Amino acid sequence: MYAFDFVKPSTLDEALSALAEDEAQAISGGQTLIPTLKQRLAMPSKLVSLTGIAELKGVKTEGNTLTIAGATTHAVVAKEAAEAYPALASLAGRIGDPSVRALGTIGGSLANNDPSACYPAAALASGATIVTNTREIPADDYFQGLFTTALDEGEIVTGVKFPIPEKAHYQKFIQPASRFPLTAVFVAKYSSGVRVAVTGASEDGVFRWSEGEEALGANFSPDAVSGLSVDPDGMMADMHGTAEYRAHLVKVLTARAVAAANG
Amino acid sequence: MPKDSGIGASSKRREDVRFLTGKGRYTADINLRGQVYVAFARSTVAHGRINSIDTSAAAEMPGVLAVFTGEDFVEMGSNPAGWYITSRNGETMKEPKRPVLAHGKVRHVGDAYAAVVAETVAQAKDAVEAIEADIEELDAVLDMASAVADNSNRVHDEIDDNICFDWGWIEDNRAAVDAAFESAPHVTTLELINNRLSPNPMEPRASLADYNTGTEDYTLYTTSQNPHLHRLLISAFVMGIPEHKLTVIAPDVGGGFGSKIYHYGEEAVVLAAARKLGRPVKWVCDRSEAFVSDAHGRDHVTKIELATDKEGNFLAMRTETLANLGAYLSNFSTATPTFLHGTLMAGPYKTPLVYVNVKGVFTNTVPVDAYRGAGRPEATYQIERVIDKCARELGIDQIEIRRKNFISPDAFPYTTPVGLVYDTGNYGATLDKMIELGDTAGFESRRAESSAKGKLRGIGYSTWIEACGIAPSHLVGQLGARVGLYDAATVRVNATGNISVLTGAHSHGQGHETVFAQVVSDMLGIPEASIEIVHGDTSKIPFGMGSYGSRSLAVCGTAIVKATDKIIAKCKKIAAHQMEASESDIVFENGNFTVAGTDKSKSFGDIALSAYVPHNYPLDELEPGLEESAFYDPANFTYPAGAYACEVEVDPGTGKVDVVAFTAADDFGNVINPMIVEGQVHGGVVQGIGQALFEVVVHNDEGQNLTGSYMDYAMPRSNDVPLLVVDHSCQTPCTHNPLGVKGCGEAGAIGTPPAVVNAVIDALQAGGYDIAHIDMPLTPSKVWAAMAGAQQAAE
Amino acid sequence: MPEIEMTVNGKPMSGTVEGRTLLSDFLRDMLGLTGTHIGCDTAQCGACTVHLDGRQVKSCNVFAMDAAGAEVTTIEGMANADGSLGAIQAAFQTHHGLQCGFCTPGMVMAAAGLLKENPAPTEAEIRAHLEGNICRCTGYHNIVKAIQAAAAELGAKPIAAE
Repeated sequence: MYAFDFVKPSTLDEALSALAEDEAQAISGGQTLIPTLKQRLAMPSKLVSLTGIAELKGVKTEGNTLTIAGATTHAVVAKEAAEAYPALASLAGRIGDPSVRALGTIGGSLANNDPSACYPAAALASGATIVTNTREIPADDYFQGLFTTALDEGEIVTGVKFPIPEKAHYQKFIQPASRFPLTAVFVAKYSSGVRVAVTGASEDGVFRWSEGEEALGANFSPDAVSGLSVDPDGMMADMHGTAEYRAHLVKVLTARAVAAANG
Repeated sequence: MPKDSGIGASSKRREDVRFLTGKGRYTADINLRGQVYVAFARSTVAHGRINSIDTSAAAEMPGVLAVFTGEDFVEMGSNPAGWYITSRNGETMKEPKRPVLAHGKVRHVGDAYAAVVAETVAQAKDAVEAIEADIEELDAVLDMASAVADNSNRVHDEIDDNICFDWGWIEDNRAAVDAAFESAPHVTTLELINNRLSPNPMEPRASLADYNTGTEDYTLYTTSQNPHLHRLLISAFVMGIPEHKLTVIAPDVGGGFGSKIYHYGEEAVVLAAARKLGRPVKWVCDRSEAFVSDAHGRDHVTKIELATDKEGNFLAMRTETLANLGAYLSNFSTATPTFLHGTLMAGPYKTPLVYVNVKGVFTNTVPVDAYRGAGRPEATYQIERVIDKCARELGIDQIEIRRKNFISPDAFPYTTPVGLVYDTGNYGATLDKMIELGDTAGFESRRAESSAKGKLRGIGYSTWIEACGIAPSHLVGQLGARVGLYDAATVRVNATGNISVLTGAHSHGQGHETVFAQVVSDMLGIPEASIEIVHGDTSKIPFGMGSYGSRSLAVCGTAIVKATDKIIAKCKKIAAHQMEASESDIVFENGNFTVAGTDKSKSFGDIALSAYVPHNYPLDELEPGLEESAFYDPANFTYPAGAYACEVEVDPGTGKVDVVAFTAADDFGNVINPMIVEGQVHGGVVQGIGQALFEVVVHNDEGQNLTGSYMDYAMPRSNDVPLLVVDHSCQTPCTHNPLGVKGCGEAGAIGTPPAVVNAVIDALQAGGYDIAHIDMPLTPSKVWAAMAGAQQAAE
Repeated sequence: MPEIEMTVNGKPMSGTVEGRTLLSDFLRDMLGLTGTHIGCDTAQCGACTVHLDGRQVKSCNVFAMDAAGAEVTTIEGMANADGSLGAIQAAFQTHHGLQCGFCTPGMVMAAAGLLKENPAPTEAEIRAHLEGNICRCTGYHNIVKAIQAAAAELGAKPIAAE
């Protein structure tokens, strides 16, 4: 790692003013950032820890909306969202491993937008709203490709609002080394329609499988997607899976997610 | 009733207490006053000519004390290959120089060409980035077939076809083997790849060198499986430090699996730097560095043919292999694909004619060397896969085809057509045990249950043999080894009757400190707790060859037995004198020396004390003291064997393979500590599952390692494997060592991969997919692609 | 450079660190607690697992400054007060849940993390919980057995160490 200063403010305002400095970078749980720093792939002058800010932590349900503060860890979501949004809690409880879940946060995951991360699938499939220190961004506008989001420099994710679906399920098929999704599908059924978000598969990061959504909107059963096929064009290809394989998984995992959501 | 101590007891491991309380002492845990740190500049290209290296900026960086390049080591010797292989044409293999730091050319990604010593690790790494190296990238030699066919691109300029050796085993048999194939009623052919693996002991390599300017003594703490071998290589071959001025200490070592047998250039650099600076110099390998500097394993491309009659009786076997050696010859690299592979190609079968051809090929990749099993997994994989395919072609039951070709239990000693003499064995017994414990009779109902869940279930077998207890020096000498492969032990009885046993073998997970004490405890009738095993420090231990090749108990254990026998013999002399009896009348039993037929008796402790307090002692007949050493060179290899059954479920939707049941029935001869033996098999089996389903080192077309971290190199995790059924109750004791032991450390890694692959093929074929073979690792993506391909072909 | 304080294995500790100093570096290099091991640089092997304010974490993936003021428990803090092996440690020895010992501290700390949350885990729950701890020696078989045994042992009495 290159050298940098490390500060751990206790309020959001302090954090934002620290982040205003050149080359300052926010760090939440650090579970992805620290390995990146070890490889000397990033060179911040200052890291601003968000883990000491009480107002950035917590899970609450109001009406049909579950709100998770930005620096809430996966472990906390797994526990505290279990009643309100079990599919989301289940996703949080399967990210990485217990040590990662103890520190990694939803805000960190969404800000990083790793093309194989779990949370972006949930946020996109739920039509969540990403809340930042300056504005609210609908998930459909927030994810903008590989490691790219609508966030501006110095803007941080302070919370995420999830509309709670009627039914939902997250099907994750892991890459056996990293334990990230090789491909994973989050299916959420709302009265307004079905949303299907796919992570781990596309070269452009998380995306909605609109053809699948339409079919499932008409008939929320695994059979609804059996006649569809997913175009491998634009899918990631590496030693763990070809583009064709990932495209195939999208369909298989979607059907399985629907089956599981239907119980 | 099970014993609670000594031979045959599952004694708890004494080493565990320190490991469980954080008091283990691994190389990285050792810090010496004033120590400084080294970091290496490593090639980012697979093949390149070094035009210049400018270290001036690096030398000016904060904290930097010294910068080394290959130029600083040109006068030093070459890190040697331990075995000379003779090619079919009678020529000796080609051995290019292996420098401490790359000189002239870099030959693989990760090849270190410079080193910086600085006050802190961070400073050393910062300065490495300031080294300006002009390295002209050359085309990388990667694919073995084209490396051999096209001599325009060479890893070593002086080796025109990139071939180290072209070895035939046994060349004189070739014509007869070919003739048998000409007339054979059936021939099964299989082309397969034994995937390149990275051993990945959980402790990365590390070295810490100290130099005393007053005495000119060097001390090297390092992650070694064999500290004397390291000292010998550094002294006699590479650096020329007199052996008596160099102490090599391998403290607690966190696994090795072969990768820590070898001497690596980093060790020479820390020693040279310590001498130059007069300060201790430390290096701890990062994992990402380990992936491009630790020796890899396997990497064979093979065509195997099996000739049989219509009933499946084996008539002849013939194989051609390209074995990847990487860019340089690591210490055991030439033995692994040849003598540790070709000599095992008979397996446990009475195949009368076998011929093996292996070409060792240089490529622009990390050196390849012995990894757990070393040559024997490559042999076993070919044999058990081709038999599986043959049985399917002929419609013969997988168990029956094996059984009918087994060497019969009354045929021992049995001379194989590939140069070994098996001393004993009973392959039918382990097969029967596997059938019983694995409930193969109930398989079809389990298959039906899986089918009801939408899964394809399959069962696969592997009946394997290995040659362990490496190795009889007279044999390996004939085969080209440049060293003997005996081992040594000293048994020192202290004046108060407790014992220190100093061993050439090194324990890095095997539990020697417990097992060796069990042996001595049994022989001397004293508690295990009164016996200490000392290993790993060349200034203390006798010259032994260390631990690999499942040899520690069979070879070093026998040295311990022999040294202990000498102790008993001397004690009898002392006892005879003390009790005024004839030496031949002294009986040693339960820790007491008794005059036969009398009640006169002396305890072991009394005798030990009198040896050190010789007030009334026949000094003209006996020396004082009680310490004996023995070297033991085995008369033959040992031949553990076993029968493995693997059951898998394949998810037809994703191609994912889950091992759902695994049964290992092994014959290790006598067993000293069943708990430890079972643990060795568990670990070996899971590494074998790793090779079959998860692990592979992948290079891209430029020779970049795409699997350079745990983000991409997949090893089995806890939730990837089931509980295992292991058994070692079938025992045909080794006939030529006094303990009757054979070795168990590599068994699982040898026998498992073909059992897993055979099971997957069984599942797929039973599921209606016409798939004859898939190369390891059988990842979901590959299995799915094979299924999709088979489906398309059928349509 | 900043000075930080934390409570490690019940004792107040302090030291001077850089921003980039990892908790694992602080424990190993400054406090001499070398039972916490480093087996990778991508935070996957779990050999460095410790407990931070009661949560199981990988100490190579936390900055020391982020742990300032926290309570940290390492493998060195897992024995009973009289120095004898704690229940989990003893079960690992009895069931041969370790070989080379390198992943062992992390495994013990992960096991302790599991049993605190789930005192009677199933085999599948144990295996799932250990997903972030790689062992290359044991094939996990005896680690699972050891944790099952420790759970049974601890079930009979309240969890002591931790």
